[in-house]
Amino acid sequence: MADIAADGYVPERDESGALTTVDGTPLKISLRKSQRRAKRRAFYLVVPLLAFLFITFTIPIVGMIVRSVYNPEVANYLPETSAAIGDWDGEELPPEKVFAAMAADMEVGLENRTIGRAAGRINREIPGARSLVMGTARHVDEMQPPYREAFLEEDEDWSDLELWRLLKRETRLITPAYYLLALDFEYTPRGDIVERPEIYQVYRLLFIRTAWMSIVITGACLLLGYPVAHLLATLPLRTSNLLMILVLLPFWTSLLVRTSAWMVLLQQEGVVNDLLVWAGIINDNGRIRMIYNQLGTIIAMTHILLPFMILPLYSVMKTIPPSYMRAARSLGANQFTAFVKVYMPLTIPGLAAGVLLVFILAIGYYITPALVGGESGIFISNLIASNMQGTSAQLKLASALATILLVLVLFFYWLFNKLVGVDRLKFG
Amino acid sequence: MQDENGVAKGAEDRAYVRFEDVQKSYDGETLVIKNLNLEIERGEFLTMLGPSGSGKTTCLMMLAGFESTTHGAIYLHDQRIDNVPPHKRGIGMVFQNYALFPHMTVSENLAFPLKVRGLSKSDTEERVKRALEMVELPQFGDRRPAQLSGGQQQRVAVARALVFEPDLVLMDEPLGALDKQLREQMQFEIKHIHDNLGVTVVYVTHDQTEALTMSDRVAVFNDGIIQQLSTPEVLYEAPDNAFVAQFIGENNRFLGRIVERVNDQEVRVKLDTGEDIRALPVNLNGGDRTTLSLRPERVLINPDEGATPNVLEGTVQEVIYLGDHIRTRLAVAGHDDFIVKIPNAAGHPSLQRGQAARLGWTIEDCRALDA
Repeated sequence: MADIAADGYVPERDESGALTTVDGTPLKISLRKSQRRAKRRAFYLVVPLLAFLFITFTIPIVGMIVRSVYNPEVANYLPETSAAIGDWDGEELPPEKVFAAMAADMEVGLENRTIGRAAGRINREIPGARSLVMGTARHVDEMQPPYREAFLEEDEDWSDLELWRLLKRETRLITPAYYLLALDFEYTPRGDIVERPEIYQVYRLLFIRTAWMSIVITGACLLLGYPVAHLLATLPLRTSNLLMILVLLPFWTSLLVRTSAWMVLLQQEGVVNDLLVWAGIINDNGRIRMIYNQLGTIIAMTHILLPFMILPLYSVMKTIPPSYMRAARSLGANQFTAFVKVYMPLTIPGLAAGVLLVFILAIGYYITPALVGGESGIFISNLIASNMQGTSAQLKLASALATILLVLVLFFYWLFNKLVGVDRLKFG
Repeated sequence: MQDENGVAKGAEDRAYVRFEDVQKSYDGETLVIKNLNLEIERGEFLTMLGPSGSGKTTCLMMLAGFESTTHGAIYLHDQRIDNVPPHKRGIGMVFQNYALFPHMTVSENLAFPLKVRGLSKSDTEERVKRALEMVELPQFGDRRPAQLSGGQQQRVAVARALVFEPDLVLMDEPLGALDKQLREQMQFEIKHIHDNLGVTVVYVTHDQTEALTMSDRVAVFNDGIIQQLSTPEVLYEAPDNAFVAQFIGENNRFLGRIVERVNDQEVRVKLDTGEDIRALPVNLNGGDRTTLSLRPERVLINPDEGATPNVLEGTVQEVIYLGDHIRTRLAVAGHDDFIVKIPNAAGHPSLQRGQAARLGWTIEDCRALDA
């Protein structure tokens, strides 16, 4: 029954039959104990980075997601009203107790100077509501119960059911309103979700364009990068080092410099157009518009992201011994078949890593589309940025847009994992 | 020198593979293959043996089509092939590190050459099955190469090179990555497959034991030239020149000057250290300098007086017990690396370190070669 090792040592076992060390501790516990120190040391080494990431990455992202749905104005600044309106059915004018609560809230709000924020929130949904609220609030201390009549006397608009329905909806602390807006939908005052009027629809189109252009850019990087990576991996070391420097040169140059270089090259009075005119391919009046549109964004971003495609491809191709291609050819495959059936499948880990890297970088790109994209070539990140800047900043909308972008990236990552398997990727 | 002097052949036998005045240079300044003429018979197991950089692998790659010839022609089956792309030559090849496609299963690897040839699915399956049985791995078809041991991968590689039934199979140091025991076993397996299928095999190795074990004939390469092309037996027993004598098996060397050419069977040589030796003239290319070559197992310890024409005195420097024989290093005639192998037989002479001994050998065993 007992195992006997070659030197006659009989391993000790406890009652359950598990192996133990000589002094009777179960072997597994002993092993874990001996490995614990190493694990702990490894953990201490990464603690600074983990803390850094937590503070600079996790917290802001959670903050962004919370901000994109958080809707505290009505609930916080009209607390009494929020409580009273809860059991109102929304079919006729609210009962007296709602108006009384509103009067009380207004009094407190005036004193704390918070009533304006609540009014502002409502105004965003029903234009003109701000002056209604503020106007009534200014006289609320003179009012006598019954407040319903007093309010109506002050301003006819208080009889508007839509206003009250809106108020009731906005008492919820969490709202999908910004996400609806980010996808070109909106609430009707009754709370139904409808598409926004066509002239206001921008975001959905921009999400689709961003994804589509990122795919085009990724494809262009792949087409241009694959042969270069292959050359890099197969040329003799001296030549390939030189070529590698050429590939890396863009990496060492400022993004802004590279983008403005493209502006110099591609503009209508630029180098490329001049050359085409000089060569007689186009005439002077037919100068091609290659920048401040989608084409400009695609050209400039392909150039900028190309190294991210080449480097993972190169690192994988470097490890493919030439004997695989030779074997395929000796077995009767012509150059093309050997490439498609043997070489290409072996480069998939690098190819997939490059595609993922370039696509994810592209989909969130900001500077280059902002500079060379013009109107038709901008990305969703440019709109996110514009929603965060200036006096008309809508931080919550920006948060919602950014969260959708994040989800989109995660979706593509998931899709990619399904198709290729992320554990097979090789980034470098 | 390139003429075969091993296997006796009828003049009517057409060579199956023929290298004709083949030269190869990579840089236009030096030749890595210097005027190669070589004929390989159908069904032969020919090994190209040589140190690294001797040109043997280049030679194989030119035959396979992965290197171009700089000059000359290669014929397969009387067809000139040196301008045919590799995939149209129909030559099977086993690579140094097997080159099994890692993204395919064993079966897919074996089916690859059949699929590119457009064989039907059932034919392919049948042949793959047979090939797996041939290398005794019938149940391994669904595994990936990485899940196989080195020896198993080796067998799959051999099976893949043979599955499309080529008449000629090239093997480029296929056993280099295996450990000693497995290597020896695989040597016999490859030899048996060769015997059973009757394919022509051109095998490249730098391991002389491997070459001697497996081959019908061995071409010893050095410096871009075939130094000798012969059966293993002739190579060992009767090396043509000093390089072959040195490269194949162990060898004691003396440098000396020819004092008298007695006849075809004997020359008298005065060693640089003054001793007189009688040796068999083999390859004396005109000059009066010569290298004497003597196999360690042909030396007799303390022979009877007059039993051997050559006798030298030596002092034992080192005795190593190797089981089947005892390897003894002695200082003789100014060299302290004179090796004698004493078989571990009943009554073998036992020598101690520091002991003096007389060493004797016959004229035929001491070959006078080029200097």
